[in-house]
Amino acid sequence: MRKHSNARSNAPIFWALFGAGGMLSALTGPVLVFMTGIAIPAGFLLSPDLMSYPRMLGFAQNFIGKLCILAVVVLFLWHAAHRVFKSLHDVGIHPGPASKLACYGTAFAGSMLAVYGVVAVGF
Amino acid sequence: MKDMQPDARRPYVRPMEGWWRKNPFFVRYMARELTALVVAAYAFVLLIGLLCLAQGEAAYNGWLAVLRHPVSLSLHAVGLVAMAYHTWTWFEIMPKTMPPIVVHGKRVAGHVVTAVGVAAAIGVTLVLFLAVWGIKP
Amino acid sequence: MDKVIQIEVLRYRPEQDEEPFFQAYAVPFTDDMSVLQGLQYIKDELDSTLSYRWSCRMAICGSCGMMINGKPELSCHTFLRDFYPHKLRVEPLNHFPIERDLVVRPDDFIRKLESIKPYIIARDVRRLDQGEYLQTPAERDRYEQYSSCINCMLCYAACPQYGLNSEFMGPGVLALLHRYNMDSRDSGQAERKELVNAEEGVWNCTAVGYCSEVCPKGVDPANAVNVNKINSAKDFFFNLLRLAGGGK
Repeated sequence: MRKHSNARSNAPIFWALFGAGGMLSALTGPVLVFMTGIAIPAGFLLSPDLMSYPRMLGFAQNFIGKLCILAVVVLFLWHAAHRVFKSLHDVGIHPGPASKLACYGTAFAGSMLAVYGVVAVGF
Repeated sequence: MKDMQPDARRPYVRPMEGWWRKNPFFVRYMARELTALVVAAYAFVLLIGLLCLAQGEAAYNGWLAVLRHPVSLSLHAVGLVAMAYHTWTWFEIMPKTMPPIVVHGKRVAGHVVTAVGVAAAIGVTLVLFLAVWGIKP
Repeated sequence: MDKVIQIEVLRYRPEQDEEPFFQAYAVPFTDDMSVLQGLQYIKDELDSTLSYRWSCRMAICGSCGMMINGKPELSCHTFLRDFYPHKLRVEPLNHFPIERDLVVRPDDFIRKLESIKPYIIARDVRRLDQGEYLQTPAERDRYEQYSSCINCMLCYAACPQYGLNSEFMGPGVLALLHRYNMDSRDSGQAERKELVNAEEGVWNCTAVGYCSEVCPKGVDPANAVNVNKINSAKDFFFNLLRLAGGGK
């Protein structure tokens, strides 16, 4: 039997991140996947040079570029983490501390790596 | 409510196993939720690219070479479909997740909210694509 | 010559059955007959042991909710002609314990309904001599749709989160809570807040949206629940700021 508690839930933190990431991915997800994963690598409609090392380094070293990269990577990860956590419950996996840690922990680790990455590419 | 004694009236509790397979509405819901895995996968692809970029030209070009591989292109094509489904379902549920919007005294209908959202997504798609397309070589 | 439709009903007699089982009946019908009338034919003519709830037979009392071909419906509001010539499967409302045949135990729902303070909590209580609480049509419009609930529990049968965790407050009760919060005569939001903010308040909902799909009265409980996620989140972050600013 599930224990019932009226304690205030901390879900709003994860839900807010989920919402921001969901909106960003809903608006930009398809075009980003198309451009970075199909068009540019295959040279279809866009030149493959657009993702060349010098170009991308310049983008990542730029302050705005860093913000864009962080926004996409971090928010996409937190959106997915929350949804996957809820979906595990939907398929019968109890939403306990273990599954919570697995999901949000992965998003946190990814976020930290992203911060490291945008700093490590230089300025 | 949490009876220790078995209930003499023997109420029957039905199991939830396989619940989402039994109704097309729930199958679509699960498909919608599954798109999160694609969102995560794409974020990891970008993250790996970023980390390779930080490591240097050779590492980054290695990442690019993988992206050019037909398997990667095919997976991204599947990912594109999943992302598009995420976009559609995000704005499809938005009338429920937003407070009612009242314009000139009348409430804006749900399908209008969805249409505006999808239009915004198309708009952002065009703006981003044209911005990248217009980058000088 | 009447057409005949096959109706399979999930039976369960706790005094003699270990488990529920389906029983088939051949029901002659005319195009104006509802599923409820089909069940009444079964009880009157074929098998008087069949148990089910019903009352108004016009979709306002909320008594006759059941699963019809796997969908939560009001049996008085669903018509045999729409299923013929296929057979019809009738089961008790999902996610509630079965008492007997098509009768479920609504105790959990009733208890939750009572728990959310479903009455006007006025800031300035008016005495009789002060007259009525006044409300403009625009103010009435803000909560009218949420007040249309007939407590039929179809939304609970629709909600997989309630099915997975019966501690969840659920769509209908949260819609009623929202109805009172949105009523300009009410000032009880703070008293109802704790129930909203709990994990099993609004946060158990994953916006499946099926509750609003099946609601026979257009209440849109999904909206009521999800709008309160915004309210709950605002309250959460405001509370954090308050603790950070003034508290320890």
